[in-house]
Amino acid sequence: MSTLLELRGIVKRYGGVLALDGVDFGVERGEVHALVGENGAGKSTLMKILAGAIPRDAGTVLVEGAEADLDSPAASLRLGIGMIHQDLKIVPEMTVAENLLLGAEPLLAGTPFLDRRAMERAARAALAQLGEDLDPWAKAGRLGVARQQIVEIAGAISRKVRVLALDEPTASLTGREIARLFDVVRRLRAEGAGIVYISHRLDEVFEIADRVTVLRDGRTVASAPASTIDRTTLVRWMIGREIAEGAREGAPAAGEEILRLEGVASGWLGPVNLALRRGEVLGLAGLVGAGRTELARLVFGADRPDSGRMFLEGREIAPRSPREAIDLGIALLTEDRNRLGLVSTMNVRENVTLASLRALGRGIFTSLRREETATRRHVDRLRIRAPSLDAGVDQLSGGNRQKVVLARWLETRSKVLIFDEPTAGVDVAAKAEILALVRELAAGGAGVMVVSSDLPELLGLSDRILVLCEGAIAGDLAAGEATQERVMTLATGGGREAA
Amino acid sequence: MSRAVRRARRSRIGDLGLAAALAAECVAFAALSPHFFTAENLLNVSLQASITAIIAAGMTFVILTGGIDLSVGSVVAVAGIVATSTLKAGLAPSVGIPLAILVALAFGALSGSIAGLFVTRFAVAPFIVTLALMTVWRGTAFVVTGGRPVWELPESFGYLGSGRPLGVPLPSLAMLGVYAAAHVVLLHTRFGRYVLAVGGNAEAARLAGIRTGRVVAGVYVLCGVLSAASGVLLASRMNSGQPNAGMMYELDVIAAVVVGGTSLSGGRGSIAGTFLGAMLIAVLRNGLNLLNVNSYVQQVVVGVVILLAVLADTARKKR
Repeated sequence: MSTLLELRGIVKRYGGVLALDGVDFGVERGEVHALVGENGAGKSTLMKILAGAIPRDAGTVLVEGAEADLDSPAASLRLGIGMIHQDLKIVPEMTVAENLLLGAEPLLAGTPFLDRRAMERAARAALAQLGEDLDPWAKAGRLGVARQQIVEIAGAISRKVRVLALDEPTASLTGREIARLFDVVRRLRAEGAGIVYISHRLDEVFEIADRVTVLRDGRTVASAPASTIDRTTLVRWMIGREIAEGAREGAPAAGEEILRLEGVASGWLGPVNLALRRGEVLGLAGLVGAGRTELARLVFGADRPDSGRMFLEGREIAPRSPREAIDLGIALLTEDRNRLGLVSTMNVRENVTLASLRALGRGIFTSLRREETATRRHVDRLRIRAPSLDAGVDQLSGGNRQKVVLARWLETRSKVLIFDEPTAGVDVAAKAEILALVRELAAGGAGVMVVSSDLPELLGLSDRILVLCEGAIAGDLAAGEATQERVMTLATGGGREAA
Repeated sequence: MSRAVRRARRSRIGDLGLAAALAAECVAFAALSPHFFTAENLLNVSLQASITAIIAAGMTFVILTGGIDLSVGSVVAVAGIVATSTLKAGLAPSVGIPLAILVALAFGALSGSIAGLFVTRFAVAPFIVTLALMTVWRGTAFVVTGGRPVWELPESFGYLGSGRPLGVPLPSLAMLGVYAAAHVVLLHTRFGRYVLAVGGNAEAARLAGIRTGRVVAGVYVLCGVLSAASGVLLASRMNSGQPNAGMMYELDVIAAVVVGGTSLSGGRGSIAGTFLGAMLIAVLRNGLNLLNVNSYVQQVVVGVVILLAVLADTARKKR
């Protein structure tokens, strides 16, 4: 093995904030090197520097022993450093081949015209290297996320990338797709590439990585061969202390029924019957596309059901908009906080109070003082790390952004709270805090529904699990009888149980 | 120093930068022309700026939601004709003038409602809806007047556009009042906050319980009403309702908003910025006039200044 890439003493300041404080990191030829750390630890900043997207303030970068500047994305690419971002950079209207060769299109000799045959050859060759047989002229937007990711990786390969960084590559992949991705990663490793692998999912890290480096507060705190450490050690390095993962205290007795759905249906979804009790955490399990998010949106009035009845505390309701649902005491923490939750042009305070301005204002006017008091309370309680209440939410890390949206819904003091993937893309410590908060809300007398694709987490959290499969309830399991195997069997359409 | 403090300071420096540019411009013209820095001329500048500046306050709200309103100039014309025609109905001026103003403002609200309805309910792009309304109202102005101005109006009507309580032109006072109110509405009311939220992320705003349709429709009504108010002031100044009044105003208005630093993609901007933007352009026009610069050359200069202002704004945001 020989060193492909070495970073020494990398420092990056954002104004007065030290984002990276002398980070050392390197990748060998034929190695998968995992980079882990909580949100805000500096992983993204380090990756941006590697990609040439932002300049570093100090430190040395060596590519195969030679000093490199990395002063632009083009410079990084020229040196053979490629990056696959969590949110893919695919142009959906363009074809697979066009995406793959974007910016490096082969031309017919001596003309400004594209050489379509050469494009097809290059695309096929790069895809074949990954064991993929995609139509180069298929529209990229029609492909699933997993395939789009493969197209991006193939694009990197066609550019002769020697170091490939993958940032949370499995965030929107299913189990089978993850296995395929790992095959691709192993193939690249066997061919001598250096892979930087960033993930919050520690199981994956142990499965794929040869070496693990931990960042905390902008510093390299540890680096070790993956085979020499265990999960507990890794978590302790990441957060600097011990936490109990996914543990849940004895189930409290649930109170009276607070929400009931009778035959609620919309398009392919339903009819769904369900009952939620005060003090209960009801987990909604199922595969992506099983209808969990759609069901949550119906209850919240974001979409309208075609038929069925809903009752809140025994009274029939039919919310026609989120506004009406909120007024009734229903809250929905949406999946995809950046697209559906936060207003990125607004600051922390404005985002927290957005759903409660009526209660926090005086007449038609807003009250800065009351808004600040309310926001301060949530920031303290949820331990939101923000430079100030007036800091833009675009300055916060993923976990803190999620807490800002959580704070918005806590402020509405709702009776029924629905959380759609509340811990997606959130670091270990924030995850534990969010799960504890969900329990706390239920203990306080609210009815809580949680949608999560992280099954162990959902099993640890819920008093009862409803399993959805293709728009219908496939099973209703009490906490004691729900196991991963049982839920997955139901979710994949095996052995339907009475709802 | 926290990022937030620097960020806040930076955004204020944006306004300060604009204020500094305006001050520099004034100093330059004062040095070049003895007639510039006189009370009479400065009041004159504010009067000249007032008509489009009042509309620009409304346009700021529209642009903050990510929309645009191209119909403002035509609304000015129709509102002027509606007001002057009402005056010709033969009522006593003490009743007729308030009524004329009300009817004109009601027309502005109607035009804004139509735009809002198409933008929200039928999801047509604001550019298209208001482009269509621009043509419809301009055509209407010529059809109902037969292309001739409405005149021979009660003398007291002229006070609105030409009156000078305490020596200050009434339209200038109206402009200051509109800006003070617009500033408070944007920063200290729920409606203002909702406008910023919808412009920043419409779907997130809806899911936070904001009735986004009402907010969007609201900004078009606001812009329509302010355009109509300007239309009445202009008709009063010209002592007639002219079917070609307010031609191309939409461009001056949008220029003031953009020079003022409001983002065309919505969510970011300020009323103070628009005010400074409108003043910057008005002073420029006035100064060039005093220096006897040919009006075609003036157009080139104003265009270049718009580009420079936007460039400076982009550079500032990048830092």
